[in-house]
Amino acid sequence: MEIFLSFLYTFLAGGVIVLLAQILIVKTKITPARILVGLLVLGAILEAVTAFKYLEDFFGSGVTIPIVGFGAVLARGAIEGARATGFLGVLTGPLTAASAGLSVAIVSAFFMALIFKARTKNLK
Amino acid sequence: MFDIKKNAQTVVLKNAPRVVGFFSVAGPKEARGKLGESFDIVLDDDTMKEKTYEKTETKMLVEAVNGAIEKASLKQEDINLMLAGDLMNQSTSTGFAARELLLPQLGLYDACATMASSLVVGSLILSGGAMSNCVCVTGSHFSSAERLFRFPLELGNQRQKTSQWTVTGAGAVVLEAKKENVKTKGIKISAVTIGKVIDFGIVDPSNMGAAMAPAAVHTFLTHLKNTKTKTEDYSLIVTGDLGLFGKRIFLELIAKEGININTLDNYNDCGAMVYEDSQGTQQGASGAGASAIVLTSHILKKLQEGIYKKVLFMATGALLSTTTSQQGESIPSVCHAVVLERE
Amino acid sequence: MNKQKNQEYLDFIKEREPTTSLFPSILWAFLIGGAICVGAEALGMWALHLWPTLTPKDIGAIEASALIFLASLLTGIGVFDKLGKVAGAGTFVPITGFSNATTASAMDGKSEGIVFGVCAKMFAIAGPVIVIGTVVSTLIGFVYLIFRL
Repeated sequence: MEIFLSFLYTFLAGGVIVLLAQILIVKTKITPARILVGLLVLGAILEAVTAFKYLEDFFGSGVTIPIVGFGAVLARGAIEGARATGFLGVLTGPLTAASAGLSVAIVSAFFMALIFKARTKNLK
Repeated sequence: MFDIKKNAQTVVLKNAPRVVGFFSVAGPKEARGKLGESFDIVLDDDTMKEKTYEKTETKMLVEAVNGAIEKASLKQEDINLMLAGDLMNQSTSTGFAARELLLPQLGLYDACATMASSLVVGSLILSGGAMSNCVCVTGSHFSSAERLFRFPLELGNQRQKTSQWTVTGAGAVVLEAKKENVKTKGIKISAVTIGKVIDFGIVDPSNMGAAMAPAAVHTFLTHLKNTKTKTEDYSLIVTGDLGLFGKRIFLELIAKEGININTLDNYNDCGAMVYEDSQGTQQGASGAGASAIVLTSHILKKLQEGIYKKVLFMATGALLSTTTSQQGESIPSVCHAVVLERE
Repeated sequence: MNKQKNQEYLDFIKEREPTTSLFPSILWAFLIGGAICVGAEALGMWALHLWPTLTPKDIGAIEASALIFLASLLTGIGVFDKLGKVAGAGTFVPITGFSNATTASAMDGKSEGIVFGVCAKMFAIAGPVIVIGTVVSTLIGFVYLIFRL
């Protein structure tokens, strides 16, 4: 039961964040790129004011998987780096925290591009 | 809203050139559309077995030119001039096609209005007596245009409601100059109107219909005034690729300028004529190929059969680039008109 | 340019522009976005079960990496764009959107070769995420340092 509830909260959080973004896309002229950047910065700010941890504890992947989570991860990396080794830590922190995701993104994009060919969609 | 002056934008051709051959090449999606039966060649897939979509675009242009020349009962060596343009950077598809065809080429750029502008230039040259024939060609390819102007093909984005679908297709027309003392039957180009570049401030490249409609209205009203004709004089008045939304805007704008649209049953837009509603193309077709394939299949065939007597063909083009768009500039547009009628 | 003519026309167009209805697009976005997050959560729990010594940071990295790879693969085989058409924000707001943009851009560059095509174009769309993310988080780090001093 507990697990089910935690999945439910995850589902709701993720769903609501996405839903709000979709409403912005449909009802306004704000482009997807701007929405993503906005959510990214929001995540970083939430982490900076230590609010993100609470969201994460309650909603888990519902907030870490959307791009807000990526912003939070980057900011967390900077802050923890600052705590650990001061100035140098600020420089190494963000990208180190994001390194797994970035590496996977780059390496798989590279190989997918080598293996597969882009095809025209919706030829019906 | 529109300031129409009587000036030299329109030329009534004294020695009207004739259309002696025309040919259309269309992609698989277009083949499944409303005019599917009318096209001369229909592709199985949109690659024509070429390695890149840009090569495919060139190949379609070559096929269209060869087909039109053959239909005109002429040979490649007989053609004096090729007038062509396309949507690629530096208009390379047509240059590469001319290389393969070994035809003397004047490259043109008028975005999606190129079918009309090539016919305008060709008609003026032939009517003036400088040359005896020419071939006018243009086309586009959905995938080469999409990756150049919009997004990578595999991006999971949702298309906006005002967007249009770039046509994969090419159309070519062979024109012949009027011969002295030779009576001919067929289709002639009797007048042309060269459009001014009009910009009413639309900045959204996903809303080309709204961007180009004012240019179409301006050229249309200019043409009517300069030739002293009325809408009833034409079997068909057709704009290039305003699309479904743009078509609506065009009608509202001309109504405001005094045209009675309640009795206007002979107006259509090539962009609205290509795809079925079920094909998911939002506001319809666009691209240089849109007006090209509709003209060289449906319109010229109906003229040939005598079903249409006089057609006002007005292709529209948006003269923007990704750079100007990113710089926040609005979209200047142009519309050129060609009158095709039975002799 | 006649600015007044512009505004009149822009308003005219705005009143008449066709719009997409909120339904069913927000429903699909909600369901698919939520499902992706739940899938990641389930994966994280399973990983923890297999390797109980994993830290929360590790699990986060595993979830993100798995989703990124999966989105990249689906982009490669040509399925992701079909999903994105239905899901909209449901697929581009989660980290899957970043991955799809990166892979799609890389694939798009294939005809221009590996160096100038695939590599150079890879971040044509997703670049802003990396740049702004790094800039903002670095600034936050510096501000934190200053505050602590």
